[in-house]
Amino acid sequence: MVRLESRGDVSRAWSLLSPVVAIVLTLISGVVIFSAMGKDPGLALYTYFVQPLTTAFGVTELLVKATPLVLIGIGLSIGFRANVWNIGAEGQFTIGAIVGGGIAIAFHDSDNFLLLPVVMIGGILGGMAWGAVPAFLKTRFNANEILTSLMLTYVAVLLLSYLVHGPWRDPDGYNFPESRLFPAAAMMPVLWEDSRLHLGAALAVLAVVGGWVILSRAVIGFQLRVVGQAPAAAKHAGFSQNKLIWFSLLLGGGLAGLAGVAEVAGTIGQLLPSISPGYGFTAIIVAFLGRLHPVGVLLAGLIMALSYIGGEVAQIEIGLPAAVTGLFQGILLFFLLGCDVLTHYRIRFGAPGRARGS
Amino acid sequence: MDFVPVILTVITASTPLLFAATGELVTEKSGVLNLGVEGMMLVGAIAAFAVASTTGSGLAGIVAGAAAGTVMASVFAFLTLTMLANQVATGLALTIFGIGISALIGAGFVGFALEPLPKLAIPVISDIPVIGPILFGQDILVYLSFVMILAVAWFLSRTRPGLILKAVGESHDSAHALGYPVIAIRYAAVLFGGAMSGLAGAYLSLAYTPLWAENMTAGRGWIALALVVFATWRPGRVVLGAYMFGAITILQLHAQGWGIEIASQFMSMLPYLATILVLVLISRDKTKIRLNAPQCIGKVFHAAH
Amino acid sequence: MTQQSDEMAEKQDGGEVPDAAPLLALDRITKAFPGIVANDSISFQIKPGEIHALLGENGAGKSTLVKIIYGVLGADSGTLSWNGAPTAIPGPAAARDLGIGMVFQHFSLFEAMTVLENIGLAMNDQRDMTALKQRVIEVSTSYGLPLDPDRHVHSLSVGERQRIEIVRCLLQNPKLLILDEPTSVLTPQEAEKLFETLRQLSDEGCAILYISHKLDEVKALCEAATILRGGKVVATCDPRQETAQGMAELMIGQKLTPTRRDGGEVSRTDRIMVSRLSIASEDQFGIDLREISFKVRRGEILGVAGVAGNGQTELMSALSGEIQNRRQPDSIRFDGLSVGSLNPAERRALGANFVPEERNGHAAVKDMSLSDNAFLTAATRMKLMANGMMRHGEIRSFADKVISAFDVRTTGAEAAAGSLSGGNLQKYIVGREILQEPGILIISQPTWGVDAGAAATIRQALMDLARRGCAVLVISQDLDEIFEICDRIVVISEGMVSEPRDIEAITVEEVGLLMGGLHDLADTVGSEGRANG
Repeated sequence: MVRLESRGDVSRAWSLLSPVVAIVLTLISGVVIFSAMGKDPGLALYTYFVQPLTTAFGVTELLVKATPLVLIGIGLSIGFRANVWNIGAEGQFTIGAIVGGGIAIAFHDSDNFLLLPVVMIGGILGGMAWGAVPAFLKTRFNANEILTSLMLTYVAVLLLSYLVHGPWRDPDGYNFPESRLFPAAAMMPVLWEDSRLHLGAALAVLAVVGGWVILSRAVIGFQLRVVGQAPAAAKHAGFSQNKLIWFSLLLGGGLAGLAGVAEVAGTIGQLLPSISPGYGFTAIIVAFLGRLHPVGVLLAGLIMALSYIGGEVAQIEIGLPAAVTGLFQGILLFFLLGCDVLTHYRIRFGAPGRARGS
Repeated sequence: MDFVPVILTVITASTPLLFAATGELVTEKSGVLNLGVEGMMLVGAIAAFAVASTTGSGLAGIVAGAAAGTVMASVFAFLTLTMLANQVATGLALTIFGIGISALIGAGFVGFALEPLPKLAIPVISDIPVIGPILFGQDILVYLSFVMILAVAWFLSRTRPGLILKAVGESHDSAHALGYPVIAIRYAAVLFGGAMSGLAGAYLSLAYTPLWAENMTAGRGWIALALVVFATWRPGRVVLGAYMFGAITILQLHAQGWGIEIASQFMSMLPYLATILVLVLISRDKTKIRLNAPQCIGKVFHAAH
Repeated sequence: MTQQSDEMAEKQDGGEVPDAAPLLALDRITKAFPGIVANDSISFQIKPGEIHALLGENGAGKSTLVKIIYGVLGADSGTLSWNGAPTAIPGPAAARDLGIGMVFQHFSLFEAMTVLENIGLAMNDQRDMTALKQRVIEVSTSYGLPLDPDRHVHSLSVGERQRIEIVRCLLQNPKLLILDEPTSVLTPQEAEKLFETLRQLSDEGCAILYISHKLDEVKALCEAATILRGGKVVATCDPRQETAQGMAELMIGQKLTPTRRDGGEVSRTDRIMVSRLSIASEDQFGIDLREISFKVRRGEILGVAGVAGNGQTELMSALSGEIQNRRQPDSIRFDGLSVGSLNPAERRALGANFVPEERNGHAAVKDMSLSDNAFLTAATRMKLMANGMMRHGEIRSFADKVISAFDVRTTGAEAAAGSLSGGNLQKYIVGREILQEPGILIISQPTWGVDAGAAATIRQALMDLARRGCAVLVISQDLDEIFEICDRIVVISEGMVSEPRDIEAITVEEVGLLMGGLHDLADTVGSEGRANG
């Protein structure tokens, strides 16, 4: 019989090892799944996880995809530390894109260099506003932020759909549901010639540094950690729980909004009915896989970005359905959560009555 | 205006919510919060559709949907109850996984159409005007949804196993001290919740819109979760909530017919906005929530000493 | 789980006088947890109808042993014999089938359910609720344990809750009743009533295993005692023949050094002034505070005695600022300043420190390091932060200071709080507050669940702090502790507080009456009664 035995302490080694084990187990599952689908598992894994990294273009695309994941993941990981479960980042991302994009569309004939900063600030404020709604409903009415933030995601996506099908549709766009192209002054500068790698990537790195300062040096980060681990102790210390809920959701919403505006003003260049392959949800996995630690989030963002790119390459090269990506992401999170038990418990074999302590 | 067809469509829109919320109610009463309802519904939907369209048997589809939901729930149960993983995170993972695997399996079934589940009209009484078709002219799953919620209401309030289930959700430490197998009871509750979510999905792909589309649940799993809170964990109010939301969903389909000129996207927002509204209305009374919510919900139980 | 050895069982029986065969015999029961052997080869016997005490300090292994007897835990090795036959008890249901009943220290009750449902859940085979209700009424009246089967548990006092636990054991006609520290939640008078019930049961032939660390009770009630220390049996005796002092030294394993009490100067200055404090509890299962008034002077320790669940938690929250009273900010004054509307951090900045009852998760965060836990309450006064940033160097050295000043046994300031034993963590928490040199210290259950050595250190530190001019308020259920360290005493009952009395001028009996009977007094004064539920 297998049973779990409390360590009484947190194992640092397992806390770092568990994501690695989870990734390895996910790859093994990949072999099984590919074989079951009748594909050569070696080739499939190579196409999925290695081939994208063999070209400079592939690497820059990886960074392009990692940018929103890291930006959102940093915000979520800080909130999750405080048990503020903002799972509506996808909606905050969308509103960020709508507000920033709306400004860009409104000034489509401008070449003022201030346009881009205004677009970016608009995106951040949009995301913060969308994050503020669950914060308000939670602190004022005690409404569960998981459900409210998620419901708001559906609302945001429908709002975007309405805008690009209706008032913001490109007048010269042959009735396609898409906005006109943003003016050059609203577009983020490209960091690497002949690629789509834009300013957003640099901002993501900045967010990692900022997140690290908040969590390991700042008093507010300490307060977030305490309220997450022991709410009564936070109350005893005199930390305001409401303030921390607001902080988490505004920060998470703002970073998701920034990610949204960076996506449309950096990568896409216009508003479309669908601007995200689920970055806001994948970022939840990124946050957990990264141990809710900023540096971990950076690494996890790169890994999850690889799963997106790999999925695209595998679709073209060996005809794997795009849905495999989502499947892998879910499996990875399962294994991670399963392995995480080892940070607090050790596994013992044998019947409970027989095992003898020292 | 003829209300009978409207009410009939309300029933079809409400049934999946009723199934999913019934299952989640039992799961939460045992002290477990499973946020993976959306994922379990999707997997139930594709499993039911795949089996029904391959075998041609709606009944086989229903069984497959329930079974698929149960399998999904067993993954959740293993991670949270045996491996002691965080319930919130695991529920989210279950939904992400469910979206992925249902899309993968469903890739081969997009564009297929299916005969909707047959109506089981009860002879004679189903011919009674108005109430006949509404009460006695439904398909088997609609009847089953009512049987299930009645059974759950009876189980929770009238039976000893129901009392034990509630005791486990109320205080797992006390229940453990009295010798009740907390983990086993929670496994059963979670698996039941999975089966119900699977049936909810099966209803969507076999009866509501008899076809498969990626993400066809469109947030209904999450609405079902909100319904349980709205119902303050009481079966009677689960029915009320499910039908209220069914009616709101149907509103958007009939709005244009009734000459209301609002962009369809705004009409589609209604169920989500209504969910937020009812959550706010019910949650603002903290005392009410605390009195009715199972005290151990979401808490990890580890019986080491 | 039982490793049966016939030879062993025979040897055990052979040595006994045959007139009363043991009902329960434990032979070399051993149980280990990671890092600790909780029960190390424990053997003793209980005869039918015997009231047998199991004595020992916190951490001596009493609870573990009892859980093994009741089937909650399995032993690693050793034999348990029931009526002479080696028996396996795989779970509580099996224990109940044998005739073993258990009254837990932390009640295993369900707050949101009725008394009857709670009792029904503990019966192995009870399905007919109407018949059960009848039996509950019969048993509770015949043993003097009045209970209303239809009341919800959350509306009952702690004493009444204990009655549920006892009645549900009695309904199964137990042959052995185990009680774990039953009097810790009772007034002295209620305890005396309980003893009468237990003697009645003993006369009817039911054996009783009575777990306690209160030696006077054991002397008054029990005819045999097994004393545990560090997981081992250190003595078996007849408590009626022993002195309390002698048994205490066996329990602790060393000579008792009474705490020093040099009568320091109590000045006339009031540092804590509570006047007509009334607060409705935030918890619907909690107690409302009603018109509470008292003062604590510079250099004085005031004790708040009372049975658990009479408003102590609420009083602590109101004083520490976890509950704020914005409408009556003047109801609490520290050194003359109204603090009723301040949060805990703001009150700390004024020189007041607090130690709540619960160590894990309230006074300390168990997965965080001792350093981080130092920062939790010492950040402002010890200047451990600057410009919104933590000063890790200063935090670390403050934590080290606490560790060495209070002799906290740990691997260092980076150890997680949860890795410390109860006594060491409590020393760390109390030290963290005392080293901030507070002018006011409010502490709840300072030595609850702490070993005798740590308890002595903590009590001495509190008295030394008072001598340096601090006003100390001690909320405690342990009357011995209050009589040992306090200068004056008040009693809290149903959210109200009695007139303060000098500790020399009041007897335990009087305190007991106040603990149980204060509400009668108030009702005659005409104060409005508390609504139930």
